[in-house]
Order: sequence, then C-alpha cells, then structure tokens
Amino acid sequence: MRTAPASAFGRLWQNERFLSLALVTPALLTIGALFLYPLGFSVISAFSVEDSGFGIANFTKAFDFYSNDILFTVIIVGISTVLIGAFAIAIGGYLTMGESPLAVSILKWLYRWPLFIPFIVAGQMMRTFLAKNGLMNNMIVGAGLLDPSQTTSFLDWRGIVITFVWKQTPFVALLVAGAMASLDRSTIEAARNLGAGRIRILAQIIVPQVRPTIVVGLILSFVVMMSVLSVPLMINAQNPTMLTVDMAFRINTYGDYGVANALGFISYAMTGFVAWIYLRQGVRQGGAP
Amino acid sequence: MTGILRSTAAAWVPRGLILFLVAFVIFGPLANMLLWAFTEVWYFPAKLPIEWGFAFWERVFRPQGNAMESLINSVLIALTTVVIAVSVSIPAGYALGRRRVPWRGIILVAFLLPQAFPSVAVHINVARIFYSMGLAGTFFGVVLVHTMQGLVFSVWISTAAFATIDHELEEAARNLGASALRTFFTVTLPLALPGIMASGIFVFLLSLDEFTGTFFVGVPDITTLPLLLFTASMEGNYQIASITSLILLVPSVAFMLIIERFLKADVLAKIGN
Repeated sequence: MRTAPASAFGRLWQNERFLSLALVTPALLTIGALFLYPLGFSVISAFSVEDSGFGIANFTKAFDFYSNDILFTVIIVGISTVLIGAFAIAIGGYLTMGESPLAVSILKWLYRWPLFIPFIVAGQMMRTFLAKNGLMNNMIVGAGLLDPSQTTSFLDWRGIVITFVWKQTPFVALLVAGAMASLDRSTIEAARNLGAGRIRILAQIIVPQVRPTIVVGLILSFVVMMSVLSVPLMINAQNPTMLTVDMAFRINTYGDYGVANALGFISYAMTGFVAWIYLRQGVRQGGAP
Repeated sequence: MTGILRSTAAAWVPRGLILFLVAFVIFGPLANMLLWAFTEVWYFPAKLPIEWGFAFWERVFRPQGNAMESLINSVLIALTTVVIAVSVSIPAGYALGRRRVPWRGIILVAFLLPQAFPSVAVHINVARIFYSMGLAGTFFGVVLVHTMQGLVFSVWISTAAFATIDHELEEAARNLGASALRTFFTVTLPLALPGIMASGIFVFLLSLDEFTGTFFVGVPDITTLPLLLFTASMEGNYQIASITSLILLVPSVAFMLIIERFLKADVLAKIGN
C-alpha cells in the first residue's frame, strides 16, 4: 500500500507550482516593495500637479530650467558610449588576434583593473589626476612635452567622459573579448590566408558576429552612466551638469519632488529609447533572410 | 635570422608604446591616489608631495574618529545586506534553478529591473517613502536599499548554482529514504554553496561601494565609507579621501582575484538562463 504524504507540508511540497511560487515570493516581494513601488511612485509624482490632479507642469518646468543639462547629459553619455565601444572592440580584437603572446597577456592583465574599482573611488582618483596640477599634467610637463603654462584642468565635461570611459571600458571589453574568443576561428584564419589585414578582419568578420554582445554591453553601460551621481558631483558640478546632479539638487535644496521626478522620467525615457533601438534592430536582424 | 629578429624588435616599438600608454592611463590615477594617501604636505607647483608620512592614517584609524565609525557601519551594513539577500535568494534560486516555476522568465527579469532603470530617480522616492515610515536615516533603511540592488546578483547566481547540480544525486538520496527537506540540506545546498558564497561576495562588495542609495536614504545619520570619501573629497581633504579610497579598493580587488575559485565556469555559463 502506498503511504499518503505524512503532513500538510508534504502535500504542499508535492504541489509543484504552489511551492515554487511560495519559494520565490520573499525575493519578489522585496523587489516589489523596494523597487516597483517607488518606481510607480516616481512616475505618478512626475505627472502630478498641486491642487489640480494630473498634468505636465513639472515637465514644462523641467525643460525650462534644465534643457541645457538634458542635452549635456545626452552628449556626455553618447560620446562615452561610442568611445567605450571603440576601445572595447580594440582591446577584444587585440586579445583575439594579437601576434605576440607576451603582449596579449600583458594587455589581458592590464585592462581589467578599473572593473574592480568603485565609481566613487574612480571619481576621487580622477579629481586628483586630471586637475591642472594633477599627476597627469605633472608627468607630461616632466617629460618635457608641455610647458607648465600650457597645462589645463580636465575637470569639466571631458573629465566626466574620461572617468566613464576609464571605468566602463573593461566591463564591455570583458564581454566582447569573451564573445570573440568563442567565435569559430576558421573564417578568421581563412581570411588571413587570403591576405586580409587584421583591422579589416576585425571590422568585417569579427565585429558583425559579436555585435549583439557589444550592444548589450553598451546599453548596460549607458544605464550605469545615467545612474551615477558621484562622478558628475565630484568632477564637474558647475553649469551645465548632468541630470543626476539636478535631481539631487531639486530634492536637497527645494524638496521639489515633482520636477526631480520629471527629470527622472526623462532619464527613464532616454534609456528606454536606447533599449527600443536595440530591440528594433534585433527584430530586423531576426527577420532578415 | 637577423632579419627576423630585427622585424620582431621593430614590431615591439609600436606595441610597447601602446602598452605603455594603456598602463599610464590605467595606473596613473591609481598612482595619484597612492601619492595622496601618504602625503603630509603637497601644494602647487611641487610635482610630488613635499612631505610624506602617516599622520592622516593615524587620524583615519583613531578609534573615536568618524572614519572608524564609517568603516564599522559599512561592514555591518554589508554583512546584514548579504544575510538578507542570500536568505531570500536560496529558496528563490532553488525554485528557479531546479523546479518548474510559472512565468520564470518574467520573474528573472524582475530582479534585473533595478539595474535597467537610471537609479537616482528611484532612490529619491525610496527615501521619501522611507521617510514617511521612519526608515530614513536608519541602519535598516540603508540595508534595504542595498538589498534591492544586490538581489539580481544573489538570485541569478544562486539560480545558476542550483541549476548545475546533477539531478541523479538528489534522486539517489531520495531512493535511500531521505526526506525532501533532508535531501535539500545534505545534498543540494552543500553542492550549491560555492556559487552562493560567490553571490554573497558580490552583494557584499556592492553594498560596501554603494553611494547613491546611501546618499539619499542614510543622510545625515548613517555615514558609510563612500559617503565619508565623498565629504572629504568635496572639502578638499584629499588625504582622507585617498586613504578611504584605498580602504574601499583593497577588498574589491582581493575578492575579485579569488572569485574565480568560487564561481566555476559551469555556473558562470548558466547565469541568466
């Protein structure tokens, strides 16, 4: 005779769907309460107007005050994304096709370091390194390449771009190099035997095959750069500055959640737009013969 | 023969130059931070510190100083975050990795969402909600914000860790008469433990380095190392800022160097699947 499950607990354990959901519930509730609820809150607050319910007054004010900063943010994050992509492809390409094993292993050891360094630490390092009398200018002057009077501080939009590229390139390069390493080598070898140069092989054979990885890495980096508050605060908090700084300013100085959340919604929209481009491209590629 | 030698030597000129440039770009900022950490006096136009020393280290590690308080806060917050994140992720990872879960894809993506939205706007609203609940400026409030961000790592990595375990091992234990719970605790969980430890390390580092959420939720009562670093840097106290940077840097680099031991390739391959 087959014994029945001993307890109510035993019966629940055997109800596959119920138990699985029950096991996932604590983690899901955490995300729901700590992320989805505040996210909904931010969207509602962005479209709320005092006294009169819903409206776009916060957005009009946000565009009136901060349209320069919105543009500034788009330009900085855009330039950084392009540079990160270019450097990541260059690093991945050299790691895949480099002719000197020694140079390849040196580069492999070198390029990962910033990956392990927190943004706030990167911000502090760049704050000292890129200053007018920072180590970068001191070394260039010391090498006799520049006169002390010609040096300038890079602590402006360039500093933010440099810090972002410095910090995020290893992350994308790591993904891209991994994808390149798992490619079928025979087409690369065949192209090389036919006399194709390495740059041409990289551009025409390797990059098209790892494009999805590059794009995913760049989108993730884009979101990270849209989220970082410490770097723009530490490198360049003057005008114009990035949207993250404006949001913090609206809250800390005026307690103005409406405009801050409108700016937040604009930053969601910017990342959403980038993700949409990616998805559309994916559909088009999938539909191609 | 000499021709070959000469051509390899010639190839090393551009190669060496580029590698040197890469090294300069990567280690230059690090070197500047190290210099500041051991500087007593350094002002323009001196190219290197004028006086070196440990005076600021003594100030940072003075037991009653606020640097020690931030360090202790940071470590306690990170440890509590790990405990909470890992304890909700073990059942979730087990279910997602080994059992049939309805809407599994959507559930996995839900944990990724905090990384997919620009986080400042979410954090200001978390702070506002916490304020109305009396959680703003509290230890537990900061822990919750860090947990929310860490869950993607702990859930995804433990899901992958549970998914790589061979089903036959569990079946063998069940056939020998072990109960489902006993099988889980004596067979499944120990096998998944390296992956779970790796996820705990990720969450620990994330919490240790977290700035934005703490900036909005913790201020002014909870100061962690990143906030101390930020304040010191904005006040122009580069020595304290650089020493704090160094304290934050050491565990990150050390853990990342050993993470490959914990995170085996078969687990890595299953993350996000």
